[in-house]
Amino acid sequence: MTAVPAEEAPSWQDEILPILKSFDVRHLVYVPDAGHATAIREAEKDNGITSLALTTEEEGIGYLSGAWLGGERGALLMQSSGVGNCLNTLALQTMTRFPLLMLVTMRGDWAEFNPWQNPMGQATEAALKLMGVRTWRADQPEEVAHLVHGAATMAFNGDEACAVLLGQSLIGEKKWVK
Amino acid sequence: MTMTGSLDRRAVTAKLLEDRGDLLVVTGLGSPSYDAMAAGDHDLNYYLWAAMGSAATVGFGLAMTQREKPVLVLTGDGEMLMGLGALASIGQKLPPNLTIAVLDNGHYGETGMQTSHTGRDIELARFAEAANFPWTRIVTDMDGVSDLRTRMQSQSGTSFAAIKIAAENLPRALPPRDGVHVKNRFRAALGLSTI
Repeated sequence: MTAVPAEEAPSWQDEILPILKSFDVRHLVYVPDAGHATAIREAEKDNGITSLALTTEEEGIGYLSGAWLGGERGALLMQSSGVGNCLNTLALQTMTRFPLLMLVTMRGDWAEFNPWQNPMGQATEAALKLMGVRTWRADQPEEVAHLVHGAATMAFNGDEACAVLLGQSLIGEKKWVK
Repeated sequence: MTMTGSLDRRAVTAKLLEDRGDLLVVTGLGSPSYDAMAAGDHDLNYYLWAAMGSAATVGFGLAMTQREKPVLVLTGDGEMLMGLGALASIGQKLPPNLTIAVLDNGHYGETGMQTSHTGRDIELARFAEAANFPWTRIVTDMDGVSDLRTRMQSQSGTSFAAIKIAAENLPRALPPRDGVHVKNRFRAALGLSTI
């Protein structure tokens, strides 16, 4: 089966990278998801940003810790499944305090076709909170820029771990084709 | 059959850190952190005490920002095995100033010396080779350690070495456990502010 996104790059997706750049984000590290496609594509075209695909999401926590140690800011993009992969590594942020901005596109959330996505999707926000990450959730397109701006402000001004969860209804219902 | 090397981990570490200059050091949790501490605490040492599997990625992020300085990741075989995917991620960028040195004793030394994968003939250097590292070595003598040090300081290409050390638990030299302190002094040494 092939998953076909219901919409092509809705406008909130266009807002993500400019906001990150306004905070002097120089590293965009990610495990891809459809909801991050625009930010990833634009970052790859941008000579001012290092974009980096990860094999698993927790690599991004280490990488951004090292980048901050060296004086530069970044952001970590992933799908909600990846939050589960990050949990132990989040201790690195708690113990050393560096700005960790995470943008998380949700699965197992709204109108999920694949029930195997539901266990981690439903646990994502609670799991982040258990590990001390501050979370916000956007379900309407007009909320995204506002919340990403707010989370970035608190991450970079306070050496905090901040995550914005981008609800599945933002991305649209997946149409599954045999 | 369990395979182990014979080199003295403290002697290896002391050689790598000799006349270190601008070298930036990230150590993996457990014995490699103690080894670096035993060679002398330094503002430009970043000791990990947890987040197993992250030493390589922390060093990678650092090498991608401090492009003019050599960066050494000093870690153990168990820690590196938990972050094998990081080698593939590094392989996409290959910062020439990054060196990963694995103190490989084929055992999980912190937890009772259980045999690790490398002690069962799984060779880490081959993973680095598969990830397109331009220079990988299996180091079994101190001349090899000297070559690695020269290579590291020259910043002439991403390097990986599996250094075959003896499986032994030496007296611990405990680095500071205050991660915020270690981070802030590291950044201060690079002329960076706290936040």
